[in-house]
Amino acid sequence: MNNPDKPLLSVENLKTYFYTNAGIVKAVDGVSFYVRPGEALGLAGESGCGKSITCHSILRLLPKPAGRIVSGKILFEGVDLVTQPESRMRQWRGKEISMILQDPLMALNPVYTIGNQVAESFQLDKVARKSLQQKVIDVLKSVKIPSVEERLNTYPFQFSGGMRQRTCAAIAISRYPKLLIADEPTTSLDVTIQDQFIKLLKEIQQRHHMALILVTHDLGLVAESCDRVAIMYAGRIVETGSVLRVFENPAHPYTRALMQAIPRLGQKNKRLFQIEGEPPNPANLPPGCYFHPRCHQAMEHCKQEYPPEIPIQGDGYAACWRYHKEEA
Amino acid sequence: MENLLEVQHLVKYFPISAGGFFRRRYKSCQAVDDISFTVPKGSCFGLAGESGSGKSTLAKLLLLLEQATRGSILFEGRDVRHFRSRSDLLWYRSRLQTVFQDAGSSLSPRMRIQDIVSEPLEVHNQKQLSLSQIHARAEEVLHDVGLGANILTRYPHELSGGQKQRVAIARAIILEPAMVILDEPVSALDVSVRAQILNLLADLQEKHNLTYLIIAHDLAVLQQITTRIAVMYLGQIVEIGNTPAVFSQPTHPYTQALLAAMPVPDPRHIKRVSALSGEIGNPIDPPPGCRFHPRCPQAGAECKTRLPVLYEVSPGHEVACSLTEAGQWKS
Repeated sequence: MNNPDKPLLSVENLKTYFYTNAGIVKAVDGVSFYVRPGEALGLAGESGCGKSITCHSILRLLPKPAGRIVSGKILFEGVDLVTQPESRMRQWRGKEISMILQDPLMALNPVYTIGNQVAESFQLDKVARKSLQQKVIDVLKSVKIPSVEERLNTYPFQFSGGMRQRTCAAIAISRYPKLLIADEPTTSLDVTIQDQFIKLLKEIQQRHHMALILVTHDLGLVAESCDRVAIMYAGRIVETGSVLRVFENPAHPYTRALMQAIPRLGQKNKRLFQIEGEPPNPANLPPGCYFHPRCHQAMEHCKQEYPPEIPIQGDGYAACWRYHKEEA
Repeated sequence: MENLLEVQHLVKYFPISAGGFFRRRYKSCQAVDDISFTVPKGSCFGLAGESGSGKSTLAKLLLLLEQATRGSILFEGRDVRHFRSRSDLLWYRSRLQTVFQDAGSSLSPRMRIQDIVSEPLEVHNQKQLSLSQIHARAEEVLHDVGLGANILTRYPHELSGGQKQRVAIARAIILEPAMVILDEPVSALDVSVRAQILNLLADLQEKHNLTYLIIAHDLAVLQQITTRIAVMYLGQIVEIGNTPAVFSQPTHPYTQALLAAMPVPDPRHIKRVSALSGEIGNPIDPPPGCRFHPRCPQAGAECKTRLPVLYEVSPGHEVACSLTEAGQWKS
């Protein structure tokens, strides 16, 4: 267990489908990745690509009865979470794996005080009532909430957006989980507040040697705070590798197009590079490679069969037929 | 170049009840406080700043959706702030159109795309067009924004985010206005669609000789399409200048901090300036002196009591900070 190279979490060929009246929506369709202890993995992609559903699948927080994990394994320290009964899942949620959600105002209960909500997670560990308040104060101080003592009895609506999100982070880290999943934690925050929050998150992660999965659509955030990255498109990972390799040498045409389409500070082009079309509807995916209708380099074969995962420079892989050809 | 829009000393205070007998004691929320700028014809003016800095209130004042407290708004040489008559308002609104922040909620869910895009022309039908002519024009404009005729009879919920934004843009330009105000035009869109919309806006500007006022919190987006930019903080402009000048030589500490806080998609990039501490102040009780001083890493004693004024650091580039060389205080 102390072997640093052994993955803490490994997801193998995960398929999460939604059974709706309109048909089966393949939200996550064969996703595999791993996270090592203390490592930060960025899960990036556009809306609807399945990155949030992947994370909700790990904690088994899918909306029922529509959402179902159809196949695959989620191995956390060697235990397959997919097959655990619901009652056992509570031993992992919050204790071993915890999550920060996108909208802190939705995640916090409006009718309980901040102190109450933070204390809840300690009560699960049966912390003595005497030391409870001090623990709550300590954890809120660790996320840099100013004048904590006076704020224990305030309600979420009295907090600013940044403070609410930091409160959510405090709840998530209060039991020192081994894995922290942050699902678009900064989309509702301003840039300067986002910057503060990401710095805080990295600090907490390094101090407690937590593994982090950062779900985001912002490649800038991934470059700034992650070690490895997985790029998702239409329910599958199209490319993965170390942040350095993927940003400096993107292999998959989708990753490359994304990198070119971001407006960057300090470079003004006459026109931005644009990816034609829109991401496909997960209920109605194109045959072959899901990206081929928008891909400039699509070949005949791309329209027929989904490409295999092909290793790139010994650092991750890209799911693209172009590299298959080159190797053969 | 001729100025299309001139805003002078524009002020908007919202009254806030502060209790008292019959709630007669008022405080004011200083949403927009003494703002002046000009927008030349054919240019693209950008407004940057965090939420709560007054960008959207300023847009509402320009659209006459809110009444300004003081100041003047000159549009094509006419003072529009006191427009009350129907004919004046009809004229103004046919010249100035807007695209709201959330395209999804600004399109009526019960109207077909054709009707949504035609509606402005039905209201402002100066050329006495027949309904079929109006519909033909709607189709033409939709084609301009890159949407096909197959979309005409659909409803907004059937469209993707990018398509909705295109419909909102089509509705804004069907009257051939002189100016379009765009409030966060791309912030709700995916990265791959964002570039399409930004390129579309640039094309339309060239084709229809439009003037834009764009509000965005994403500085990289503003750098891409604006010609001049103003950075706002708590209702005031702290820095204004031509886009290349502001981005190459950001002078106000807030502009510098905003630029430094933007995540850079380059793993080898090392951040220069440390992050801003604290959060944006409260416009009901703005800090005395320079409004930025509680968060400013360079603030001195005088910043806490005296208000800096905008002054030129180079031609056309003005900054409101007294710590820089030529800085001045408000007397």
